[in-house]
Amino acid sequence: MLSQLILVPTFPLLSATLLLLVGRQMPRPLVTLLGVGSIGAAALTVVLLLPQWLANPEPVTVLLWQWFAVANFSIDVALYLDQLSIIWLCTITGIGFLIHLYSSEYMAGDSDYARYFAYLNLFVASMLVLVLADNLLLLFLGWEGVGLCSYLLIGFWYQDSTNGAAARKAFVVTRAGDAAMALGLFLLVAELNTLDIKAVTGAAQAQWSAGSTLPTLACALLFIGAVGKSAQLPLQTWLPDAMAGPTPVSALIHAATMVTAGIYLLARLNGLFVLAPDVMTVIAWVGVTTALMAAFAALTQFDIKRILAYSTISQLGYMFLALGIGAWDAGVMHMMTHAFFKALLFLAAGAVIACLHHEQDIRRMGGLRRTLLIPFWSFLIGSAALAALPFTAGFASKDLILLMAWASGEQGKWLWSLAALGALITALYSFKLIFVVFFGVPKTEPNHQPGWRMSIPLTILAALSIGGGLIALPLRDVLPLPNYEAEHGLVAWISAAIPIAGVIAAFVLFQRNGIASIAAVRSNLGHWLAAFWRSGWGMDTLYDRLLVQPYKRLAHWWRHEPVDVAVRLIMWVVSRSHWTVAATQNGQLARYVTVMVLGLILMLALVVRTPT
Amino acid sequence: MTAAMAVPMEHALVVAGLLFCVGLFGLMLRRNIIFMLMALELMLNGAALAFIAAGARWGNADGQVMFLFILTIAAAEVSVGLGLVLQMRRQIRSLDMNDASRLRG
Repeated sequence: MLSQLILVPTFPLLSATLLLLVGRQMPRPLVTLLGVGSIGAAALTVVLLLPQWLANPEPVTVLLWQWFAVANFSIDVALYLDQLSIIWLCTITGIGFLIHLYSSEYMAGDSDYARYFAYLNLFVASMLVLVLADNLLLLFLGWEGVGLCSYLLIGFWYQDSTNGAAARKAFVVTRAGDAAMALGLFLLVAELNTLDIKAVTGAAQAQWSAGSTLPTLACALLFIGAVGKSAQLPLQTWLPDAMAGPTPVSALIHAATMVTAGIYLLARLNGLFVLAPDVMTVIAWVGVTTALMAAFAALTQFDIKRILAYSTISQLGYMFLALGIGAWDAGVMHMMTHAFFKALLFLAAGAVIACLHHEQDIRRMGGLRRTLLIPFWSFLIGSAALAALPFTAGFASKDLILLMAWASGEQGKWLWSLAALGALITALYSFKLIFVVFFGVPKTEPNHQPGWRMSIPLTILAALSIGGGLIALPLRDVLPLPNYEAEHGLVAWISAAIPIAGVIAAFVLFQRNGIASIAAVRSNLGHWLAAFWRSGWGMDTLYDRLLVQPYKRLAHWWRHEPVDVAVRLIMWVVSRSHWTVAATQNGQLARYVTVMVLGLILMLALVVRTPT
Repeated sequence: MTAAMAVPMEHALVVAGLLFCVGLFGLMLRRNIIFMLMALELMLNGAALAFIAAGARWGNADGQVMFLFILTIAAAEVSVGLGLVLQMRRQIRSLDMNDASRLRG
């Protein structure tokens, strides 16, 4: 049953192959039909499969073929569908389809239209393989596939070398995480002799005791992989630069789907991670620190896409916080609502950028609420959900994370405080964006309005950003329940009030221009701090000094090839000997004769003197 | 037979050695190709004289056979050598051996 599941990743993969091979020769409408239609077909398949599966919501494994078998270790290509993967499946195909539709208008004028859709379809196919994989190796295949597509799409406009540099940075930084993840997989194979997800969890729980070294090491390595992919501290530096790609790419890959692969990995292996409570604590603290630092960085950015990028890092931090404290369902829920509202925000930002002659600096925007109606309302709804104002999808998930954090053991109060501060800053920067871009004096006039293919995705995503929190996720059976209840009472009221306070603060500071009257902001320290936050807490400079420069120096030194000295010495000796001997061949016959005679005499002398 | 051996073999060998050395030094010191060919002839004659002397000392005809061979070789060598001299004169317009050093390393 459910063998049609194979169709879901097959449609995008086929379309990507076709577009890569012959996309250049295809007429544009055909490219659009293939590129958008394949994802539409995948989404439709999911929609048709959903009632069939919900009628009997048991985990399903669809075995396709055996990938390889070595000794007693074999890997199958098999798809696995359960409550967790179906959430990602719906998110990827649903939001993926909306973003593809949006792209068909956004990228209409681009000369590499077919290449764009080929990469984007390939990405969706890889992502589907990632979430549907039955074993960790197939998951890793999808994991690397999405990394490749992310690289290709960040550097899509490769004619500008800075885009290429951003793509390389994203690739190299995430590869650092992937190396750790590969080591984690090696460890699992070596210790448990399987990579099948259910078998790994089962074997780990049977063989390893909670808190012992092996599960801690394995979980730490896998977590580093997730950190790289999901742009958490300290590997978050690639995501802001990844905004060099086209805006729909940022919406799909760097907000809604790929960066949540780390969340998926952790949620998928929850049975393994509960054996490593120390790693769970680290996950929670990494998450909350990232959430807070990225929020401060987002507050001081000028580029509209970089604000959203830092906000993505921050929201991913909340998801890791939720996973770290064991509130698995809250983390997964926030992944879904975040996919809705962050895709909405990116697409709305894309509409603003496209309508403003590709202007991305918010200081040159203003007063757009009258001229760009649909982007304005989309942005407002998206920001409300991002700030987690009550009655939005973001509230449903983020508030849950905050309340779970409060209740989670002795560190809970600290985690809650930092997360709540982050939530305040989140509301502040998201509404700063609204007030600066859409209110105030118009600075740049839009030259056109978004068409229907941009407006429809925005409308649907706006609806989901409000109502998405009402979707009841069927997670009870696949994720362990936390052993504590979400906090009620006063803390709940405070948590709900924090975003509202943030919005009011944003109104006072940025709409009434109250920020100009605060002396601390105008002081030297204030300027320095703002610049420090704008640079992402100086992490890029730090890595440049710590890793990039020493590496370049090493490479420079290495270019003179010190290892080759021995080889070059031999070459030098041979060449000198050659010239020395060649010098005797001077063409003077008399000298040859002389040498020959001397040689003869020498030989004769030797023969005569040698006793027989 | 012994009366014919009025000249002792040692004397004949000394003359042959001197003859050979005169030729050798001529070959080494001269630069004109004609003089070098003449020096070569002297060396051949030195060697031939040694054969004759040795053949006479032991009453063996092989020495005289070898002499005839050397005489033939010397004639052949001179004919080839003179041909070379003519070509050299024509090609590089000089009889100086040091001018014919196009093959130096």
